[in-house]
Amino acid sequence: MLSLLPQLTIGAVDLVAAFLLLYGLHRMASPVTAPSGIFVAGIGMAVVVLVSFLDIFGVSAAATPVLPVNIGLAVIAIAIGGGVAWWAGKKVAMTAMPQMVAIYNGMGGGAAGAIAAVELFGRHATGMTPLTVTLLGALIGAVSFSGSLIAWAKLQSILNKPLRFPGQKIVNAAVFLITLALGVYIILLDRTGAMSSGLIYLFFGCAMIFGILMTLPIGGADMPVVISIYNACTGLAVGLEGFVLQNPALMIAGMVVGAAGLMLTLVMAKAMNRSVSNVLFSNFGDAPKHKHSDMKGSLKPTEASDAGIFMNYAAKVIIIPGYGLAAAQGQQKLYEFVKLLQSTGVDVKFAIHPVAGRMPGQMDVLLAEAGVPYDMIFQLEDINDEFANTDVALVIGANDVVNPAARTDKSSPIYGMPILNADKSKQVYVVKRGEGKGYAGIQNELFYGENCNMVYGDAAVVLTKMIEAVRGLGKAAA
Amino acid sequence: MISISGIVGLYIFMLAAFAGWIIIGRVPAILHTPLMSGSNFVHGIVVIGGILVLLNASTLTEQIIGFVAVLLGAGNAAGGYAVTERMLAMFQTSSPALKHKAHHRPRKG
Repeated sequence: MLSLLPQLTIGAVDLVAAFLLLYGLHRMASPVTAPSGIFVAGIGMAVVVLVSFLDIFGVSAAATPVLPVNIGLAVIAIAIGGGVAWWAGKKVAMTAMPQMVAIYNGMGGGAAGAIAAVELFGRHATGMTPLTVTLLGALIGAVSFSGSLIAWAKLQSILNKPLRFPGQKIVNAAVFLITLALGVYIILLDRTGAMSSGLIYLFFGCAMIFGILMTLPIGGADMPVVISIYNACTGLAVGLEGFVLQNPALMIAGMVVGAAGLMLTLVMAKAMNRSVSNVLFSNFGDAPKHKHSDMKGSLKPTEASDAGIFMNYAAKVIIIPGYGLAAAQGQQKLYEFVKLLQSTGVDVKFAIHPVAGRMPGQMDVLLAEAGVPYDMIFQLEDINDEFANTDVALVIGANDVVNPAARTDKSSPIYGMPILNADKSKQVYVVKRGEGKGYAGIQNELFYGENCNMVYGDAAVVLTKMIEAVRGLGKAAA
Repeated sequence: MISISGIVGLYIFMLAAFAGWIIIGRVPAILHTPLMSGSNFVHGIVVIGGILVLLNASTLTEQIIGFVAVLLGAGNAAGGYAVTERMLAMFQTSSPALKHKAHHRPRKG
């Protein structure tokens, strides 16, 4: 057992750290205070990790002989794990943020699962309640771990096609039930004291296989919701293992994230007009089963320079950026073009769909990276009524979020999803790589509309042409 | 040693879940990505659980799994902090006056 002083120190620091983490999250509620929020939370984390080494004064008798080795292992693990993740996090491109969050989340789930494994292998968790909680945390953590890795592979385009086969749901359900049954069996065996290590391996194996099977059939477009769910799951697993370790800071931080992740998941699902169970079990996401050969009108291509000059003479322009813009690394060019328009008196705003990009809010981050002030960025419900009195809607690399089929076509897979009303503006320009379909794989009747012109090409190249055209005007006038 | 019984544990969970729900409900949609990443960072606190079990590991199996727990937990915490901090540092406003307004009136998402 811990002697009094280290015990009190750990208790006090854990309490302070739990507060700092919550306060930090709270400060993230506004873009102004958010940077200080993560800093505050970071201090809490650093302190709590340092102080946790005071646990050396309370190790069990069995572990005392190998304590120096264990301390060394812990320091090495922190240096390697923390160092590599830190370096990767500092280097990763902003467009790759969703898969980065997925992988860090998987690590957290794996850590929670590993803690549970040590508790189980070492027979530290005994008795009905601790054992049940340990196993529950182990199950959720292991599923979150393997599921997040699959989500990462999908976002990284290592796994491109959703894997679906007949009877998949039955297989998934069977694996899940087997895992549960193994858990119950472990609890029952614990009473007789005949638990075997093989059984624990099997339990973890089944849980991880379930996480993989569960995530494989879900399409790429739904990955943000899936990551958010796994984020909540990891939080829950951490909270449960916190109870097993009798550590209130872990319990609080874990459960706060569990609830926060759940809240965020529901917000996202609502933005896509889908229920969470629909995302998880309907196996939709990028299945282009719907045929659309009956498009009225035609695609009307136009030159980038003409579109640029037209916008220069407009009174009001709303820009709808999508992932295609980020993929072309065109955000800087876009903001340069916007500043040019503003200098000639054009009123320019950005309209962001809740699921623009590969993750809710990712488009906001990508625009912020390019230097766009956040007071120019508007969310769907705040700006949607403005399209009717807007001269030009400029759609760059976005597709499904402006597809009117979501309003009218009941057979469309995106039917019911709130969309940005780009089609209501007087003129629409769509900047697109080619005539391909969107991420959801469906045709877009907006592109065929009377008021719409297509500007084909790489977003960055198109924007450069627009900038040159508008600059050319200014020179001609001078 | 602190001892938390099942019932007290449930109370802690209930209050923490409520706090998380309220805190996140206030965050504007513009911050959803940094927030997801920020809450991801917060559960990186799992690393201290890993440290506790690793320090108490007495067999090779426990040492290996404990090592993995700390490795993964530290990665979660450090990586989560790095990307969240990077993203949040980018948000800026066009006018200094707005800084005040945005603080008092966060946009609802």
